[in-house]
Amino acid sequence: MSTNPLHVSPPARDNGALPPSAKRASTWASLNSVRRYLVNQLVTVLAVMSTVVVIVPLVAILVYLIYMGASSLNLAFFTHIPAPVGETGGGMANAMVGSGVILGVASLLGIPVGIGAGVYLAEFGRGSLLAAAIRFTADVLNGVPSIVMGIAAWVLLVKGRGFSALAGGVALAIMMVPTITRTTEEMLATVPHAIREAALGLGVPKWRTVLSVSLKTASPGIITGCMLAFARVAGETAPLLFTAFGNQFWSFKLTEPIAALPLQIYAYAISPYDEWHRLAWAGSLVLIAMIMVAVTLVRIYASRGVLKGAS
Amino acid sequence: MARTLTSFVGEAEQAAPEAAPSPIRKFLTARGSGSLADKTFAGLMLLCGFSIFGIVLFILAVLISQSKLSLHQFGLSFFKSTAWDPVAGDFGALPFIAGTLMTSFLALAMAVPLAMGVAIFLSELCPAKLRAPISFVTELLAAIPSVVYGLWAFFVLVPIMRDQLGPFLSKYLGWTGLFEGYNFGVGILTASIILAIMILPIISSITRDIMIAVPISQREAVLALGATRWEMIRTGVLRNARIGIVGAVILGLGRALGETMAVTMVIGNHPEVAKSLFAPGYTLASVLANEFSEASGDLYLSSLVEIGLVLFLVTIVVNGIARGLVWAVTRGTPARAN
Amino acid sequence: MGVSISVEHLNAWYGTTHTLQDINVNLPANHATALIGPSGCGKSTFVRCLNRMHETNPIARATGVVKMGDIDIYKDAQPVQIRRRVGMVFQRPNPFPTMSIYDNVASGLKLNGFRNRTVLDETVERSLKSAALWEEVKDDLKKKSGASLSGGQQQRMCIARALAVDPEVLLMDEPASALDPVSTSKIEDLIFQLKSQYTIVIVTHNMQQAARVAENTGFFLNGKMVEFDSTHKIFTNPKDKRTEDYITGRFG
Repeated sequence: MSTNPLHVSPPARDNGALPPSAKRASTWASLNSVRRYLVNQLVTVLAVMSTVVVIVPLVAILVYLIYMGASSLNLAFFTHIPAPVGETGGGMANAMVGSGVILGVASLLGIPVGIGAGVYLAEFGRGSLLAAAIRFTADVLNGVPSIVMGIAAWVLLVKGRGFSALAGGVALAIMMVPTITRTTEEMLATVPHAIREAALGLGVPKWRTVLSVSLKTASPGIITGCMLAFARVAGETAPLLFTAFGNQFWSFKLTEPIAALPLQIYAYAISPYDEWHRLAWAGSLVLIAMIMVAVTLVRIYASRGVLKGAS
Repeated sequence: MARTLTSFVGEAEQAAPEAAPSPIRKFLTARGSGSLADKTFAGLMLLCGFSIFGIVLFILAVLISQSKLSLHQFGLSFFKSTAWDPVAGDFGALPFIAGTLMTSFLALAMAVPLAMGVAIFLSELCPAKLRAPISFVTELLAAIPSVVYGLWAFFVLVPIMRDQLGPFLSKYLGWTGLFEGYNFGVGILTASIILAIMILPIISSITRDIMIAVPISQREAVLALGATRWEMIRTGVLRNARIGIVGAVILGLGRALGETMAVTMVIGNHPEVAKSLFAPGYTLASVLANEFSEASGDLYLSSLVEIGLVLFLVTIVVNGIARGLVWAVTRGTPARAN
Repeated sequence: MGVSISVEHLNAWYGTTHTLQDINVNLPANHATALIGPSGCGKSTFVRCLNRMHETNPIARATGVVKMGDIDIYKDAQPVQIRRRVGMVFQRPNPFPTMSIYDNVASGLKLNGFRNRTVLDETVERSLKSAALWEEVKDDLKKKSGASLSGGQQQRMCIARALAVDPEVLLMDEPASALDPVSTSKIEDLIFQLKSQYTIVIVTHNMQQAARVAENTGFFLNGKMVEFDSTHKIFTNPKDKRTEDYITGRFG
């Protein structure tokens, strides 16, 4: 017995005579919570499984690529043009160079315009309706199939003239502009307004402030955004099918059809020759390696907080 | 109009000898106001901004003008006709529309549940250490070019479909009537599968962004009521995010509608409305990829351009709706650039 | 050499908010004037009207006459020209992160096209000495980035940057509010010394600071300048009751 004056004795217990309805309710409650627990576990399992199912194709593709392509990657691959049908050897050197030419044209045309539009959105049009419309249109343009850009470039430059590297470059440039616009805008938005004010307060004109302060500060991210756009269009085949068209030989002229790595891969893949299939795998490996490097670099930058959500 | 400032101090006040302007002051006052350069620069940037509109308008104009011939010739029956006869000059887009819709929706049906699973896993269940590598892997998936997917699908997926998956499906699910006909490995189903793999990353990463945008307070409120993890996700997160998730799915649809190379390589390229999932088909994008460069004859080309026009308009509308939905939920958070 | 500032009927708006209402004041040359008042009463807006920074905000507007010397800065000159003659130091230090200390201090000159190496070197040294920062950074001028200094050092560097363009007026918007007491007292000493060469306007929440540093003080309340007088007078025998209430801490 406690001597604590504040102690209150507990109420008398009755021994377990619960009414039947309470019994049913508590059984139902515990069954229900068991059900809820099981559902929770099931969903967890499903979520994990889906993630696994997603990872598997990637790993499978990569492994398969490496397996199929690695054996064909020799020096000849990088230095020779395709061998005539039936002969072994040869390479995709002209396709890689051709891709370089097309991408060079595309970058020259697309990057300045894209950065300019991004600068407009971030530095001049902030908050305006026009800027919102441009932003929205750029996002929508990003979803247009690339083959449509190819048709546009075809009408502009190929119709009546013939296939050309320039047309291919223009098709890819049209694709790069909206992407670069958005990433440039996002990167410029991370530049603190205070340092723009510092420059303006010193009597630096606005155009100089944008160039030497805003762009300069955001330049690592902007460059990364351009790299991303570059990697994205480097793998595009569809817009080149009837613009650059492809070429079995060396070609550097902008007004002639030119080879491109993805085009060549496609042509070889659907051909009936095993030798060419082998080359297609090797080419794919090169293409993927290049793109993976770009994506990884972007990721490294993103983890440093420079580029968020712009991949 | 500004006078050139030599100094704020008027001449009358300039008494002491030390008031002679320093070289810096002289230099800076002699500099112009830069307003011409400012206006030019601003104008140039505005021009670049307008280029976005310019690109859309240009594509639209070009597509319409080049498809005038077939628009005039066939009118609306273009979309109902199953003919595709370059020799006779009779063209109809129905097989392509059917093929595009079939493969896209089938791909969505396969991809959306998986994408949700991945998004849920990554945003709610994943241990922090695994999060970065796994989301990195999904980003890599998104970066693989279409032609490489096609290559893999052609040499790996098609034989699997022909030799293993196909017979399995027709044996156990043949009663549905979806798996009739001879199975060559290429066809609607194979195309749908590779398409599903390709649109999965974009659906899952945007869904993940949207789920992350739901405030933590919503989650905590549900948990405080005694919910299990899944119930919290369902009511605290997904319910709030459902508009945006619909947007993400529609974005995936938009991507699927326009996907070209991988589909072309495994769909069989047969201009007929497919009657079974094993049958070969044709999509809007595939016919362009296969036949555009060799098309001769104005009507042929015009019909192809008209198909391009359809593709353009449909994807613009679908993407416009999708972006609108995603924007409505994330409101101001920068949209992903792909 | 400083210059006097005269303000007549200055009104300013942010969108539809009437932030400054009919300000009339004369700020004498080569003196420091402190502006005090509760948060949001228009002190910063007033200062930003003096170098036309107010109008960098697209929804901002100002009317009235502001004269520096005998130049009406709104009618007789372009904003860029004014800002080259008026230095500004902001509440939080805002060095250019991609530039070295040297380039930061010289930025007002370099970004305006000034090329002469020798003069730049001299100016950077002179400005950093005026800002009492020279000894601490003289060995790292081109090696360290402007953003790598401590808060107090950054603010002094921003002061040096403002001084480098040889302004006639120095505007300071709560320059020490983000700093620790030691840096704050260094900056106050600085202002005391700079007074003789420039006309200084300093916005401050700290009344002791105003008392230490400025000869004249203006009290702002709800967008109006309630009282303007010598600092001594304001703090010992203010004319307006509102000023007295603020000084004695009854509000704000």
